[in-house]
Order: sequence, then C-alpha cells, then structure tokens
Amino acid sequence: MRRFLDVTGAVAWRTIHHFLTQPSILVPSLLFPLFFFTAFSGALSGVEAIPGFDFPSGYAAFQFAFVMLQASAFGGVFAGFSIAADFESGFTRRLMLASPDRRGILAGYAVAALFRAVVVWVMLIVVALLVGMQIDGGALDLVGLYTLAALVNVTGLLFSAGVATRLRTMQAGPAMQMPVFLLLFLAPVYMPLELLEGWIHTAARLNPMTPLLELSRDFISGQPADLWAYAVVLTMFAVLALWALTGLRRAERAGG
Amino acid sequence: MTDTNLGIAVHELHKQFKDGPKAVDGISLAVAPGEIYGFLGPNGAGKSTTVHILTTLLRPDGGYATVQGYDVVKQGAQVRASIGAALQEAALDPMLTGREHMRLQTALQGLPRSTRRPRGNELLERVGLIDAADRRVGSYSGGMKRRLDLALALVHEPRVLFLDEPTTGLDPQSRSDLWREVSRLAREDGVTVFLTTQYLEEADVLADHVGIISRGRIVAEGTPEALKAEIGRPTLEVVPVDPADRQRFADVLARFGPAASSAKPSAVAVLLEDGADALASVIRGIDADSLRMDSFQVHKPTLDDVFLAKTGESFAQGDQGASASSEDESLQPAEAPA
Amino acid sequence: MSATSTQVGELARRSLVRTLRQPASIIPSLLFPLVFLALNSGGLGSATRIPDFPTDSYLAFFIAAPFVQAALFATMGAGTDVAKDVQTGFVSRLALTPTRGNALLFGQLAGVLAVSLFSSLTFLVVGLVAGVTFESGLPGMVVIMVLATLIGIALSSIGVMLGMRSGSGEAVQGMFPLFFVFLFLSSLTMPRPLIEQDWFRTIATYNPVSYLLEAIRSLVITGWDGRALALGFGIAIALVAVSVFGASRAVRMRWTRT
Ligand SMILES: Nc1ncnc2c1ncn2[C@@H]1O[C@H](COP(=O)(O)OP(=O)(O)OP(=O)(O)O)[C@@H](O)[C@H]1O
Ligand SMILES: [Mg+2]
Repeated sequence: MRRFLDVTGAVAWRTIHHFLTQPSILVPSLLFPLFFFTAFSGALSGVEAIPGFDFPSGYAAFQFAFVMLQASAFGGVFAGFSIAADFESGFTRRLMLASPDRRGILAGYAVAALFRAVVVWVMLIVVALLVGMQIDGGALDLVGLYTLAALVNVTGLLFSAGVATRLRTMQAGPAMQMPVFLLLFLAPVYMPLELLEGWIHTAARLNPMTPLLELSRDFISGQPADLWAYAVVLTMFAVLALWALTGLRRAERAGG
Repeated sequence: MTDTNLGIAVHELHKQFKDGPKAVDGISLAVAPGEIYGFLGPNGAGKSTTVHILTTLLRPDGGYATVQGYDVVKQGAQVRASIGAALQEAALDPMLTGREHMRLQTALQGLPRSTRRPRGNELLERVGLIDAADRRVGSYSGGMKRRLDLALALVHEPRVLFLDEPTTGLDPQSRSDLWREVSRLAREDGVTVFLTTQYLEEADVLADHVGIISRGRIVAEGTPEALKAEIGRPTLEVVPVDPADRQRFADVLARFGPAASSAKPSAVAVLLEDGADALASVIRGIDADSLRMDSFQVHKPTLDDVFLAKTGESFAQGDQGASASSEDESLQPAEAPA
Repeated sequence: MSATSTQVGELARRSLVRTLRQPASIIPSLLFPLVFLALNSGGLGSATRIPDFPTDSYLAFFIAAPFVQAALFATMGAGTDVAKDVQTGFVSRLALTPTRGNALLFGQLAGVLAVSLFSSLTFLVVGLVAGVTFESGLPGMVVIMVLATLIGIALSSIGVMLGMRSGSGEAVQGMFPLFFVFLFLSSLTMPRPLIEQDWFRTIATYNPVSYLLEAIRSLVITGWDGRALALGFGIAIALVAVSVFGASRAVRMRWTRT
C-alpha cells in the first residue's frame, strides 16, 4: 500500500507541477470554462422567456450546472492527454519499470485530474458569484453537486486513460475529446429536455449525461433531487475503470 | 580586373548578429571562374552566414562582395539571376513530388513555358531521380532530397553555384555520386562552385582551392596540396596494446616532434619533425622501453593537421556555435520511486 | 500570361495541392462547422419561440455560422502552411528566384479562395437539403458565397501575417482561442435585440463579426436588406484591405534579399 501511494504521489506531483508551470496548458484550461459560462449565460438568457422554461434559479445558474460538468469532464480528459504525452516522451515506460503496482500510476493521474478540476471550480464559483448568480440549493445540495462533478471528472480521466494506454501517442487527442464533447453537447445544454424537439430530443433522452446534468441543475436550484443519476455515473465509472485498467495491462504487455 | 569581374570576390566581409556572435569577422577571398572553392569549417564557424550574404539573403554589416561581377548588396537581382543555391536545409515541400518541385522552380525562374518540362526532365534524369519523380518528396531519402535540391538550383543554368554542406548526412556512395556531379559541373560546364563542408576529405578531394574558416575568420587558404605542404611533416600514429601505456608512448614520441591530433581516441600521434627519416629511431625508442603496439602508421599531412596547426584546436572537437543542450526535465526519472 | 500571373498561378496550384493532400487539414474545416450547426440548431431549436425571434427556423438563423467558422479554419491552415515555409527555408528558395514576395501571398490566397468556394457551396447544399429556405433566392446564395469568400480571404491574410512574422505553427495555432472568442462574443447564437444582458449586447454590437454574420443571415431569413449587406460587405472589404496590407508587409519582412 505504501508503495502504491508513493507511485501515486510521484505521478500526481509531476503532472500537477506540469499543469501549474506551463501557462500554455494552465491558461486555456482556466479560461475556457469561464468563457463558456459567460458567453452562454450572457448571450442566451433570453431563452428564459420561452414558454415552458421552468428553471427557478435563473439562466446563469442553469448554465453553471452545465459548465461545471463540462469543465470537470474535460479536466479528466486533459489529464488523460498527459498520459499519452508521457508515453510519447518515454516517461511512462520508465515509470512502469520502476513501479511495483501500476494501478498507482493511474491513481496518480486521477489525483492530478481532480486537482485540476478543483482549481477550475474555484474560479468558476468566484466568477459566478461576481456576476450575481443565484444559488438556491443548500449546503447538502452543494456537497451533492461537487461530489457528482468529481465523479464525472475521474470518469472522464478513466475514459481518456483507456484511449491513451491503447494508442500511446498524442495523436490520440481527438479520439479522447470528440466522444466526450459529443456526449456533453447532445445533452440538454441550452434548455431543458422538455423544450428540445426532434432528433436532439431523442438523443438527449438516451444520453447518460442528461440525468447527470438534470441532477446538478436540481442541486443548484435546491429542487428535490433525483439521486438515481448517481447510479448512472457510478456505472459509467465502473465500466470505464475496467476500460482503463485493461488498457494499462495492454500497455504493459506492449512494453510501455 | 577580369578576376573580380567573374567568379566570386569577397573583401573584408563582416556580419554580427543581434545578441549573437560575430559570425563573419573580416573574410576576404577570391574564387576564379570555373573553380571549385571548398569552404571548410566546423559547426558554427560562419559558413552558412557567408553563403547567405553571397546569395543576397543576408545583408553584411561591412565589407563588400561581388558574384559574377555584381555587387551582392547593390545588384541583388543580377546576382540572383546568375547563381543557383542549395542551402543547408534542403527547403523542400514534403507534400509535393519531385516533378512538381521542378514545375514550380522552372516557372518561378521564368523559363519559357515550352522549355519548362523538358528542362525539368533533363535535370531529374541527370541527378538520377527520373524514376522517383512522381513520388512525394516526403518519402525521399536524405540523398535524394539533396540531389533534387541540386537539380532545382540548376534550373536556370547559373554560372555560379552555392552548395551549403551538400553531403552532410549522406552515405559514402551518395556522397561520391554528388562529388562526381559537382566536378562535372565545374570541369565540363565551367560553373564556379562555392561549397561549404565540415569534411576535410571532401575539401581535399573536390576543391581546387580551400579556405579554412574558424570563428568567422579565414585561418588558412590555398590549394589542398599547398596547405598540406606548408605543414610538411608527416604524422605518426601509434596505438598501444594496453591503453594504460598511452602516457609512456607519448613521452617517447615527444622526443621526435610536437603532439598531433588523431581521429582514433586510442592512438597517440606526433608530427615527425625530421620526417620519415626518424622512423627507425622511433621504433628503437619504443623497443627500448619494451612497449607493445597494436598498430603503427605514418600518414602524410591532412587538412586536419592544417586546422590544428592554425587554430590550436582539433577539427573534430568542434562546435563553435556553443549551443548548450538543455536536459529535458520531464525525462528525468528522479521522481519515480524505486 | 505575364510573369507575375504565372508565378501566382503556380504558387496557387501548389497551395491547393498541398491542402488537398492533407485531408486531415481540410476535413475538420468542413466537419466541425457542420457538427456545430447540427448541435446548436438542435439544442436551441425552441429559441424561435422567444417573442420577436425573427424566424421560426433556428437552423435558418444559425446557418450563417459555418461560413465564418470555415474561414477561421482556413486562417489557421494558411498560417501554419506559411509558418512551415518559413521554417523549412522554402521562403528563401522562393526569394532566390525572380518571384515577387506578393506572388506567394496571392498564391496562398488563391488557394484559400478555391477551398472557401468549395466549403461555402457545401454549406449551402447542406442548408437546402436540411430544409432552409433562402429568402433572397439563388442570387442571394451567390452573394453569400462572395461574402464568405471575402471573409475567408480577410481572415486568411491575418493567418499569413501571423505565420510569416512568427515562423511558428504553434504561435499561429495559439491565436485560435482569440478568434474563437471573437466568434462567440457576437450575435452568433441570438439576434442582438434579444440579448438580454447589456454587457454582452454591447460587446456584440462593437464586434465586427456580428455584422458579417448578420449580412449572411439577412440573405437567408429576410431577403434583401440593404443596410445589413452594406455593413457586412463594408466590414469585410475593410478587413480584406487591412489584412492583405499587413500580410504583404509581413511577407516583405521575410523576403529579405538585397
Ligand atoms: N539568425 C541568427 N541569429 C543569431 N545568431 C546566428 C544566426 N545565424 C547564425 N548565428 C550564429 O552565427 C554563428 C555562425 O553560424 P553559421 O550558421 O554561419 O555557422 P556554420 O558554419 O554554417 O555552421 P554549421 O556547420 O553548423 O552549419 C554561430 O555561432 C551561430 O550560432
Ligand atoms: Mg551552416
């Protein structure tokens, strides 16, 4: 166990260090969620005037829930991208030779992904409060919201880690980002599910992201929350953990 | 006057880069028409900078130079019309085929439409690329790229040709192919060739005149024969059986002349003060100390000896660009627990 | 053919060949705008129920976006291409021929023009197939293509300028977020009068991208709106003038020869 934690700590420290010391990584990952939040909530608040839009806490809070999940998921994906980069530079090969328990490596990246998400969360909430966003949920709701976001974050990492360990090149970037991007944007991003029409309504109804998004909106507006969405994210978590671990095993067999 | 009117004439050329070294520090030289001039120097000596100035791509800070009688600063267009250049990075587009490069180059050089294709094919044929002409340059080997670059430089039948390290990175076969083509251009077509190289042998074999450049200055100039004759003395190279004996060998050999450089790290070398006559005494000296040798070789002076004699440095030691290579932090395994 | 037109023609041909042989560089510039169009017109479909929304098809409203987005991709493409030419020394090769620096610029832009016409045509066809009615009819579609091409040339010249000055593909790609911000802080997703946040409406009003979008949009959902077209074309032409001038100066800077 001790060695597991050593590996985890080393990988996490290094990945976080990279994140913090390279402005070209740090700045976009902070600014993009903020930008999405301000651009979407700024441009589209007129959506509230549509008959049937019944979210009680205002459009900014409605978008905030989405941007939280988006930033968390992409925080995970970007940490997965570091895995691919580390494979390319040969760092991972040496790490795998040196570590007795390779799952510790994965855990290290997960810690880094969470760290990244937390930094973005803090920025987001500060900006949200500055622009006067309404939060109607209580303390317990917020705990629920951030727990959900953390789960989405690590799930995003597990997905991209599975891709990274299989392809082991930075070219895998789009293969990690595109599916997550599509999943996120095929959810009810701009308006509630009931207001979506046609093919996108069908897609959103089938999309596992939709219940997560609805749950986080319930949390922020303090509405009674439908906790079964946790079952969805935990299932995704379990499946993708398997995906990442089998990927890791493949990478081991391929010799890093 | 005829000498400066044709070929290349360079007088006291200077170039200092901003926050950089004095890349060219007062170079003067002359290249007669139809001659191959070998510009020899280690990395960072200032070869490319000189070529850039002579091909009008870079403005000198001081001095002047003429190429084919035209001033490289004031008559850039005429200079460019009379020269062909293959620069150090064979600037090719990996997405285009050899033939497409030829098409572009012939058109941009202003060849009449009807002669572009035949001229292109003739040159591709001459450098042995006609079979690969429709392949993308991205798939070419280093040697093929160099040959294509040379062919492109010849499109408009220039009277002066600049080749910046044309054989660096080529295998011996490709290298001698290129040497043959360059010689042919000079001997048969009377093209003046200004060729830079890091290879002593190349300058020796190919060039009519050699200029040795070090830290932006020409330290020796002349025909390869004259340069070597100036050194005069042959070099003796001895490889001890036991590397630990190197110092003892050096002590013995020191009696016969100053130490010389050798390409073999295991060897001990000396410039024989009294020429080959001393060999018998050398053997006796070694025998007297009962030292054992792996090999014993005498060779005539090389350009490396010339370089050593003029600069006090061995040619092989070389990078004068002094670019410190930084270790990539991310490759340090230090953070990985054992 | 004069010497200059030969040079431009050959360099345009090269720029086109190079683009077509890297499908990875051209497919995203068609695919991303279309995916974006599908997602947004789906997700925001009900926005037409906002009182005073100018059309009852959000798809018709949003189809102006792909034309501008494609220009953005063309910009990144032209910029990285040119940066590569600086890096490999290809620019020096050209500078040693009697070619004029602007021949490279115009050759590159001619390549952009061809790609831009093709992608505009694609978007128009996709729009028609998806059921968009172009109120200004066939002539309006031609005008859209002209305007989209002008926008493509204006932005690509900025790309050429960045690529020439920096000589680094990463530096060019690094500007992408900035362009992206310009695109989003405009009337991209909502007509300006319906933007409720004052600060956002103000930014969108000062952002020239709004008027480019609105000119195209007017041809789709309104018909012939002289004011929108005058603003759109005026801004596009001004942008072309400024950016081509800037690009041409940047080329001259790299075209160093005596
Ligand atoms: N654009 C530049 N800016 C600053 N310094 C430069 C520039 N180009 C060359 N130098 C410096 O000028 C010196 C001479 O460089 P140059 O390229 O002429 O050497 P070279 O003899 O061609 O070397 P090599 O064999 O490595 O090609 C070097 O120290 C180099 O670092
Ligand atoms: Mg050089």
